[in-house]
Amino acid sequence: MGLEILIAAVKALTVILMVLSLAGVLGWVERKGSALIQDRIGANRASIFGFAGAGLVNTMMADPLKFLTKEDVIPTGVDKLLHTLAPCVNLFPVIVAFAAVPFGDTVEIAGRTIQLQAVQLNVGVLFVLAMASLGVYGVVLGGWASNNRFSLLGGIRGSAQMISYELGMGLSVVVVVMTFGTLDLQEIVRAQGHMIGGILPGWGVFYQPVAFVLFFIAGIAETKRVPFDLPEGESELVSGYFTEYSGIKYLMFFMTDFAEIAVISALVSTFFFGGWQVPFLGDDGFHFGSTSMALPKLIVVLLQLASFMVKVLFFCWFQIMVRWTMPRLRYDQLMRFGWKGMLPVSLLNLVVTAVVIVAFQEWRV
Amino acid sequence: MNTGVFVLLATLLVVAALGVVLARSPIRSALSLVVALFFLAVFFLLLDAQLIAALQVIVYAGAIMVLFLFVIMLLNLQEHPAEMARAGLRFLAGTLASLFLLATIYFTNRSGISNAQGMGAIPDGFDSTAQIAERLFTQHLFAFELTSLLLLVAIISAVVLAKKKLA
Repeated sequence: MGLEILIAAVKALTVILMVLSLAGVLGWVERKGSALIQDRIGANRASIFGFAGAGLVNTMMADPLKFLTKEDVIPTGVDKLLHTLAPCVNLFPVIVAFAAVPFGDTVEIAGRTIQLQAVQLNVGVLFVLAMASLGVYGVVLGGWASNNRFSLLGGIRGSAQMISYELGMGLSVVVVVMTFGTLDLQEIVRAQGHMIGGILPGWGVFYQPVAFVLFFIAGIAETKRVPFDLPEGESELVSGYFTEYSGIKYLMFFMTDFAEIAVISALVSTFFFGGWQVPFLGDDGFHFGSTSMALPKLIVVLLQLASFMVKVLFFCWFQIMVRWTMPRLRYDQLMRFGWKGMLPVSLLNLVVTAVVIVAFQEWRV
Repeated sequence: MNTGVFVLLATLLVVAALGVVLARSPIRSALSLVVALFFLAVFFLLLDAQLIAALQVIVYAGAIMVLFLFVIMLLNLQEHPAEMARAGLRFLAGTLASLFLLATIYFTNRSGISNAQGMGAIPDGFDSTAQIAERLFTQHLFAFELTSLLLLVAIISAVVLAKKKLA
């Protein structure tokens, strides 16, 4: 019993540390990425005792320290409890959503099989969607509890946007569930382990390319970043729903942003890019057609972990590049795109998938 | 379910539910309802009903309550002490709530579900999505289709009402 709790605690801690450190790293990557695109050097001013060489480490230490030591301003005439609660409510579902994402297959330590996943849920897909739908509260509360017109506008825009794009996201996930026939995220990843015709990895993206594009767009919209950053819209709303936040609470909103990028990347890898699967890698080593290369179990597990991390980091990087290359949509364009573009296409995709699955039962993965 | 865990969760749930009634600002009241629904979902989780727990959060906490909050924010509802003090309304609400509570206790007693019985073994296939779907599309197909028709009518009427306002 005690050991079970210890294992669960270690896994939970791993997930929390993974999300938070990824968020910290992404804060630096975002600045360096923007500098790269804008032809600057960028983010090289954080020096510790005159040593500015280690950019990443310095920024990761300097940023939180700066926010922690700043004054925490609570504006007058606000609901103090809700004002303080908003950043916490914003950050919580993002971190919790990560708990259902499998980051590796099972490992056996001292005769005990351990799932490399913080919580094993039969309904992992629904759990992730539930947490995504809770993300709206932080935005709404932050906007409402700030006693500021810009914040309120940002909050209303944010909630309308998130509700609209949740539909496209949910429907594209439904298609994935239909393809793999399970709601368990670990099972979805396992189902992507085979090769199509011996050359192409059996990843979701090759079965459902349309769903992948829809999910990724909806995911970027859920993170409320350019080209969907209307709720923040610096040139119109100062900083949108978190205009009135400073110090540690601002840092929490800031971190939510990056944690959301990480979670969307993890979900895209899980649903469409085989999660921790490595092409040609089986339980006991690589298999290329008739030739195979045996590997010890530990190496296989490490390769799988690395594969998951590489995929997640790639999609994080991709999202940051999208943010710095796209212009912002207008609000009516955003709504029209969500309701008249994404929704019909995802519904059509759903119908086509259903027909194909019923007509060709053997196609089912 | 562990008794200690149950008592702790039940207390939190009741506190949140009281918050819905006692909070003066409408937004706090709505948020208390969200918290209460969330704890209800935790109860489902502890009863091994993961699917229902997830649906509870998605449908109630994630969709319906967001709509509530949205309306409260858009209309910018404030505290209305005058209406709160209307004694007749309060009396009516209190009476109805007490009657409902009594009815729940009565029917629970009559149904003969005791604590010892309720904690029995979980039947095979319990909470499996496949089984629920199968029941839904065979036994309860008529009710299912009727519900979707009702929702469709609601959607169309919403569109009609919105269009009328524009014209």
